[in-house]
Amino acid sequence: MTSYQLASVVGRRARAARLRRLLRGKLVLVAAGAVVALVVLAAVFAPLIAPYDPNAVDPMAVSQGSSAAHWLGTDDTGRDIASRLLHGARPSLLAPLVVTVGAGLVGTALAVAAAWLGGWWDRAITAVLDVVFGFPGLVLAVVGAAVFGAGLKIAVLTLTIAYLPYVARVVRGSALKERNLPYVAALRMLGLGGGRIVLRHVVPNLLPLVLVQTATAFGYTLLDVAAFSFIGLGAQPPTAEWGLMVAQGAPGILAGAPQESLYAGLAIVVFVVACSLLGAGLSQRLTGGER
Amino acid sequence: MTDIPVLEVEGLTKRFGEHTAVDGVSLRLASGESLAVVGESGSGKTTTARMITGLESISSGTVTMGGRPLPGPRARTAERLAFARRIQMVFQDPYTSLDRHQRIGDGIAEVLARHAPLHGAELTRRRDELLDQVGLDRRQADSRPRHLSGGQRQRAAIARALAVEPELLVLDEAVAALDVSVQAQIVNLLAEIRGQRPISYLFITHDLGIVPHLCERVVVMREGRIVEAGPTAEVLTDPRDPYTRDLIDSVPRPGWKPRRRT
Ligand SMILES: Nc1ncnc2c1ncn2[C@@H]1O[C@H](COP(=O)(O)OP(=O)(O)O)[C@@H](O)[C@H]1O
Ligand SMILES: [Mg+2]
Repeated sequence: MTSYQLASVVGRRARAARLRRLLRGKLVLVAAGAVVALVVLAAVFAPLIAPYDPNAVDPMAVSQGSSAAHWLGTDDTGRDIASRLLHGARPSLLAPLVVTVGAGLVGTALAVAAAWLGGWWDRAITAVLDVVFGFPGLVLAVVGAAVFGAGLKIAVLTLTIAYLPYVARVVRGSALKERNLPYVAALRMLGLGGGRIVLRHVVPNLLPLVLVQTATAFGYTLLDVAAFSFIGLGAQPPTAEWGLMVAQGAPGILAGAPQESLYAGLAIVVFVVACSLLGAGLSQRLTGGER
Repeated sequence: MTDIPVLEVEGLTKRFGEHTAVDGVSLRLASGESLAVVGESGSGKTTTARMITGLESISSGTVTMGGRPLPGPRARTAERLAFARRIQMVFQDPYTSLDRHQRIGDGIAEVLARHAPLHGAELTRRRDELLDQVGLDRRQADSRPRHLSGGQRQRAAIARALAVEPELLVLDEAVAALDVSVQAQIVNLLAEIRGQRPISYLFITHDLGIVPHLCERVVVMREGRIVEAGPTAEVLTDPRDPYTRDLIDSVPRPGWKPRRRT
């Protein structure tokens, strides 16, 4: 290889690496953010933008493909799939939102309490969380459904409990580090109370981490809620919900009308990928830039 | 000024498992007097300071301040506030001893509000007075720690400690992390503060060179014990312990040649 060729290869590699870095940075973050924002807007304004009532059946237009009247076709009872996707975004997003916010709040509270109080409290809280950690979320959901009956609320509750330990583990580690920083000792010596130090100093410093954690978890919890609905442990018919739509459209796949499962599945995949990209990008920005 | 010493330490000992980090240290600080604690890294200076300030449990020995023992971990609020006004500490690392999300001025105001019956404009005036005293301006008061230099952060930490008007200020290697020129500025600031108000320093350092500027007396620690104690001038010019002589010889001064130490 001549040195000219070598230089051009090196240059090209460097350029490609720079491009990759750029893509990884701004562009992907903006694109992922746009997708997430768009879906959230669609969920909020679903009643205004959906062309049809999501539950209006039309025996004259069953299992149709895309058309001017029904952009994404209809399901096996003639309901408009586009309208059901738009309306379905509401429970599909709201349920995981409740899960992540709930697990984030309670998990952070438990983790900070464990780290701050230490000793017996720390061991007790950690032990309980370890036990919960040992149960797969699915087992919790099955037990919950068996006791209280299947439904979206029970799925949300069990998933919140299942996600608690994930949040708490990460936050506890950081809370321990935070508690041992000299500024906490300084504030104690200055006579500030424990409650004030925790709420006004320690927790605000942990907030970026908690935000990144929950933002990253959101995509996964959405997937879990959809999966629970898919197997019958989440949203119940005739609710429009993405996971349930995938399940209800499944017979159509073999019958040559895959549109319901296909579009609902696509909605889930695109949104989850956008969420995890956004979470990864945010985590780089929020935690990488500070120290 | 009274005869009751601000600080009296008797036979202070700290064991970490088998290892004795501090071994029978006794100190006495009269009101307004300043004492330097010198010794190389690992000699037990920080552990001594942390026991005196209540940040580390005591294995044996006693600490009394103004004739009162240290408040226990379950002490009442009033007792903890009274203790805060007896003793404050400035830490070695100015990067971690301030809350990184809190503006400098807010941190001082928070402490003032806790200790003094000050509100509104009065509190702001006192805060600005303290900032001014340590040489920080409005812009720095409105900044978060990461936008300040190490020296400015240490000034902020000193202002925060002074907000409670403590009788005794413990400075644990408070200038060790700073550039030499900045070290001199902070040492001058500390000397200035002492000229304006009754305050004692327990000045911990491994650098004997700074001591004469701030402290009348000095104790030398080695392996957890005090090996030499006396007036600064005496100890520095006529050290009795060979270890102290080594420490003095290692201070950079004009004509000083680096010597390889093992
Ligand atoms: N938390 C701790 N656990 C165990 N050993 C410690 C701890 N803190 C300090 N030590 C030990 O105690 C000795 C004195 O340390 P320190 O007080 O920090 O000395 P100095 O401040 O003079 O450098 C050292 O040998 C150190 O390793
Ligand atoms: Mg030390």
